[in-house]
Amino acid sequence: MSESEQFEPSERAEAAERLRKAGYSEADVQREVSELEQKSATAARIFDLRRIIGGLFVVYGVIVTIAGLTDSDAEIDKAQGININLWTGLGMLALGIFFLAWLKLRPTAAPTPPPLPPEAAEAAERRD
Amino acid sequence: MRTPTYLAAELRLPTNWLDYTILAIYFVVVLGIGFAARRSVKTSLDFFLSGRSLPAWITGLAFVSANLAATEILGMAANSAQYGAYTVHWYWIGAIPAMVFLGLVMMPFYYGSKVRSVPEFLLLRFDKGAHLLSSALFAFAAILISGVNLYALAIVVEALLGWPQWVAIVVAGFFVLAYITLGGLSSAIYNEVLQFFVILAALIPLTVLGLKKVGGWDGLTDSLTKSHGDDFVSAWGGTGIGSDNPLGANWLTIVLGLGFVLSFGYWTTNFAEVQRALSAKNLSAAQRTPLIAAFPKIFIVFLVMIPGLVAAVLVPNIGTPDSDLQYNDSIPYLMEQLLPNGVLGIAVTGLLAAFMAGMAANVSSFNTVFTNDIWAKYVVRGREDSYYVGFGRLITAIGVMASVGTAFLASSFSNIMSYLQTLFSFFNVPMFVVFIVGMFWKRASMKSGFWGLLAGTTAAMVNYFVLYKQDVIGIPTDQGANFVSAIAGFVAGAVVMVAVSLFTAPKPAEELEGLVYGTVSPGMAEPPAAGDDAWYRRPALLGWGAIILAAACYIPFSF
Repeated sequence: MSESEQFEPSERAEAAERLRKAGYSEADVQREVSELEQKSATAARIFDLRRIIGGLFVVYGVIVTIAGLTDSDAEIDKAQGININLWTGLGMLALGIFFLAWLKLRPTAAPTPPPLPPEAAEAAERRD
Repeated sequence: MRTPTYLAAELRLPTNWLDYTILAIYFVVVLGIGFAARRSVKTSLDFFLSGRSLPAWITGLAFVSANLAATEILGMAANSAQYGAYTVHWYWIGAIPAMVFLGLVMMPFYYGSKVRSVPEFLLLRFDKGAHLLSSALFAFAAILISGVNLYALAIVVEALLGWPQWVAIVVAGFFVLAYITLGGLSSAIYNEVLQFFVILAALIPLTVLGLKKVGGWDGLTDSLTKSHGDDFVSAWGGTGIGSDNPLGANWLTIVLGLGFVLSFGYWTTNFAEVQRALSAKNLSAAQRTPLIAAFPKIFIVFLVMIPGLVAAVLVPNIGTPDSDLQYNDSIPYLMEQLLPNGVLGIAVTGLLAAFMAGMAANVSSFNTVFTNDIWAKYVVRGREDSYYVGFGRLITAIGVMASVGTAFLASSFSNIMSYLQTLFSFFNVPMFVVFIVGMFWKRASMKSGFWGLLAGTTAAMVNYFVLYKQDVIGIPTDQGANFVSAIAGFVAGAVVMVAVSLFTAPKPAEELEGLVYGTVSPGMAEPPAAGDDAWYRRPALLGWGAIILAAACYIPFSF
C-alpha cells in the first residue's frame, strides 16, 4: 500500500507544512513507524534463535566432552585435578539440549500483525 | 576501567587444532546467522530495528551482551586486580538501578512514542538543534569506540594467538561487516545472544579453577587480606570522605558520580543499549528487556572479579614495573595457566566473540542514527523506504572501514582506552541530563535541549582537561576524575537548561503528549499481549526484585 492511498491530498499538504515549520512531530513518527510495522517481515520470516543456540552448544558439548574423555593426566593436573573439559562439555551439552527441548515444546506461535492504525484500517477496507 | 595497552609476550596460549576447530565453527555460525537473517529484511524498520518484533528474552540477553564486550571483561578483571572488591560497585550500584529505571520509568516514553533512536526522541521533545547535535556526537563516539574494540581485539589476538595485528583487524572487521550488512540489527542481536552463552561457558570454568587454585573463597580472601589489607576485599571499606583508598573516590562520589550520573547516562541514553529494547515486540517486552538483563548482570561481576582477585594472589606484584604482567593480563594469564585444550578454545572463542559483538553493537547503532537521524532528515529526505535500507548497508560498510581507521589511530596512542572511558562521561552524561529534565519537567523549552547538551559536554571536558589534568583540584586517579567530571557535566547541563527555559518559549502542551512524565500518547495504550499478564512477566516485580537482589549482594561485602 502506498502513502497516497491512505492520505487525502489536503492531509498530505498539511503534514508537509508541519514538517517544514516544526521539523517533525510525534504524529509523523507514529505514522511512519506504524506503516513500516505493517510491511515489516521480521516477525514472519526470522528463524528461531533457539535452534542455532541449541545446535551450536550440542556440537560444542560433544567436542569438548570427547576431549575430556581422552584428556591425559597432565592436562587434568593443569586444571587443578578437575577434568574441566568433561564437566564443561557436559554443561554445554545440557544447555544445548535445553534450548532444543524448549523449541520442541513451545514452538514459535504464528505471528499476528499489529493492529492497523484507524485511518490505515479504513483505507484498507475501502480497497477491499 | 583499565584496558589492555599491551599483553606480555609470554602469554602465548598453547592452542592446538582442537581450539581452532571450535573457533572456526563459531565463525561459520556467525556468517550463517547473517545469511539466514537476510530473508527477514524487507523494510528499513527490519534492518534498523528488527521490525520491532523480537521476544523479550532475546532483546534482554542482547542488552546485557552489548555491554559485555571484551574490553569490559578484561577491564573489570583488571580493575579487580588493582582495586579489589570495589569492582562490585560498577555492577550493583552502577548498573542495576539505572537498568530498572530504564525499564520501569523511561521505556513507556521511548517505546510508546515509536521513536527509532534516542536522538529522535530529543527531536520530538526539543528541536532540531538538540537532535542534530546529539546525533552527531553519538555517531562520532560510536565509531571511536568501535575502533577501540577492534584495536583491543587485535592486541589480544596478537599476544594470545600470534596473529599479526592487521590480520586480526581485517578478519574481525570483515565478519562484522558481513553479518550486519546482510541481516541488519537482527543478526547483530542474534550474535550477541549467542556470544552471551559462549562467554559464560568460558568464564565459569576459569572462575571455578581459579578459586580451586587459591584454596577457595576463604583462601582467596585470607591471602588478599594479608597482602593488600582488609579494605581490598570489602566494598565500602576506606571510602569515607577524606580517607584514603586506592580507587581515589569516596562513598559520595561513588553513589552520585558512578551510581547516579555515569551509570544512568550510560544505561538509559546510550543508543547502543537502548536500541536493543526498542527492537522488542511490544511495550511489555521492551520494558522487560533491561529488567531481564539485570539478573545476569548482578552475577557476572563474580565471573570477572574473581579471576582478577586470583591473579592478584598468584602474581603479587602484578601491574608493577617488577612484573611482566599488566593488570589487563589477569584473565589471559589464568587461561594460559589453567585451561586445557578444548575449554581453552571455548575461552578464546568467547573473547573474540565478545570483541566482535562489542564492535557490532556500536556499528549497528551508528548506522541507524546516521541513516535515520542525519541522512534521512537533513540530507536526502522523502525517498522510498528501500533507498534507506540500501543506504544503511552502505553506511555500515563505511562505518566498519572508519572503525578500521580509528583502530589504527588508537594503536598510535599508548593509553587510549582510559581516555575513551573519560570520553564516555563527556558524551553520555549530558545526554542523560537533557533527557531527565525534558522527561520530567514540562516547562523545559524547545531551545533548552541544545544548550543543556552543549553546556554539559563542555563542563565535563573542562573539569577533566583543565581542573584535573592541570592539577587545579586534587583528584588522585583517572577513575575518581571521571566520577567528578560526570557530576560537573550533570549539574552544568541542568542549570543551563533551567536558565534557558525561563527565557524561551515552552513547547505547546499538545506536542508533549507521550513524551513527558504524566502524559500518554495514543500509541502507548496498547493492550497486553496474550501471556504477558503472567505474574513473572510483570515489570514492577522484575524490577524491584533486581534492586532487592543487588542490595542483598552487598551485605557479605559490607562488614
